[in-house]
Amino acid sequence: MTTVLDPTSEKSPATWQRQPRPASLEGLTVGLLDISKPRGDVFLDRLEERITAQGATVKRYQKPTFAKPAPVDLRHEIATQCDAVIEALAD
Amino acid sequence: MTAPELPDGLVAFVKRDCPTCVTVGSALAHIQQVAGLTVYTQDDPSFPSGVEGVIHDGDLANSWHHDIETVPTLLKVSNGAELDRIVGWSRTQWTEFTGVDDFDPDLPEWRPGCGSLSVDPNLVDELRARFSGSSLKSRRVELAVLEDEIEAMYDRGWSDGLPLVPPTEARVLAMLEGTWRSPDEVVATVPPDLVDVTVEKVAINAVMAGCKPEYLPVVLAAIEAACTDSFNMHGLLATTMPVGPVVVVSGPIAERIGMNSGRNVMGQGNRANSTIGRALQLVVRNVGGGRPGEVDRAAHGQPGKLSFCFAEDEAGSPWEPLSTDFGHAPETSTVTLFAGEGARCIVDQLSRDPESLARSLAQALIAMHHHKLVIGFDAMIIVGPEHVRVFEQAGWTKTQTRDRIIELTKRDGAELVRGAGGIDEGLPEAFADATAIPKVGPDGLILVHAGGGAGMFSELIGGWVNGATGSAPTSRPIH
Repeated sequence: MTTVLDPTSEKSPATWQRQPRPASLEGLTVGLLDISKPRGDVFLDRLEERITAQGATVKRYQKPTFAKPAPVDLRHEIATQCDAVIEALAD
Repeated sequence: MTAPELPDGLVAFVKRDCPTCVTVGSALAHIQQVAGLTVYTQDDPSFPSGVEGVIHDGDLANSWHHDIETVPTLLKVSNGAELDRIVGWSRTQWTEFTGVDDFDPDLPEWRPGCGSLSVDPNLVDELRARFSGSSLKSRRVELAVLEDEIEAMYDRGWSDGLPLVPPTEARVLAMLEGTWRSPDEVVATVPPDLVDVTVEKVAINAVMAGCKPEYLPVVLAAIEAACTDSFNMHGLLATTMPVGPVVVVSGPIAERIGMNSGRNVMGQGNRANSTIGRALQLVVRNVGGGRPGEVDRAAHGQPGKLSFCFAEDEAGSPWEPLSTDFGHAPETSTVTLFAGEGARCIVDQLSRDPESLARSLAQALIAMHHHKLVIGFDAMIIVGPEHVRVFEQAGWTKTQTRDRIIELTKRDGAELVRGAGGIDEGLPEAFADATAIPKVGPDGLILVHAGGGAGMFSELIGGWVNGATGSAPTSRPIH
């Protein structure tokens, strides 16, 4: 991972703004992010069934640990592969 | 990171990969026995043999923080503070410094030391980042492993269209070595967003532009000049005309940092010429927020808006340097910024008489922007060496040449008014009876000597609106 220094006036956030909420899931790729809390997978399995039924393609991701923010590489992977993401804050 | 404290008494820094350190290994053991000594070793923790309790400075933190440049270095420390130091081996110096006077008689009288690992060119950038990085205030932006660094910087909108060098801490700290100014010092307030830019932010953009640290003082001076009321960078951005800052470097720094003032002077291929102007434009873009299509409203722009920077050929010039036109003493290193369009070639391969050549240059000047529009725009002529020779052989000074060129542009208002010559563009009808109207005002023409030795050409750079509502050429010394 490379860390660089921000060359700008730092008036805008370093991370991307959230995308607008899609009107429908049909034809979209939806990422399901398991934060590695117990039984998160159970919740996401059910979500996958329902979302797939609405015509979306599902991709599954998992954070290494719920105790830390998602690694920048994982965020990048989701951002480049998915149109939307659902994060399971389960317990 | 604060400096690790050294123990009191005598302290030595050594490495095995230094013949002098190897030579004095036994002397260090002797000092330790007689006077007490703590030895830090940079590479091999078992070196020097015979010395007790050698401290391995494996990460070079001690060497870095205590500015060890040579090994061996001997220090005298009291209450954690350094009192004195000597470097290399000298029997006399070491005796005086340590009070030990019975070193092995077989030792040579004197040996120079070697470079400390903490200043090894292959390590120094990384060490600087590790030990001084926290001094930088800019936000850290993490790029993902799977992200291509160059593409990631494009995605963030930092680029002028060409690839950028990633501004890592190590590179930015190395860049800052190019100036004595503090990273948090404010250099200027950058339009259009009127943001105070620090030396650190300039260094980040200079890294991205591809500058070497020794260019940084020139970049800083160019930014100071660009962000003045007189130069009016905001106006240059906002205008629909194609002008951008043209940076002319005068004085000894130009040669010292390897700038081009000769063949292809305004072309490609010289790193300093190509990156100094680019760094200025990146600061305007990234810090000031001056981006094409936003505040930058140029209808066409010109390729020099990526970088337009070159050095004046002073050594080969019969004329005084440009810097003196702005009141600087000769030999002062300066930048002069001119709001200019792209350069065009003026060909005259036959004039050997200065009057004839001045007429050619005057005709080219008349054509600037529109031949019927006068006074409103300034101009810069880059007089090539084979043209300057014609004036030099006739004994024409720079002022004389400039004044004569301007004189030769004078025309009557009847030729210039709207409709004259079947062209609607022109001066208002009120000027119809005016006579002898010059193309530019008395200070509206700048002459600079530069270019390759073969080719009877000069180059004209048309300017932008002059005066209080436009831009005045602006000069700043380089510190």
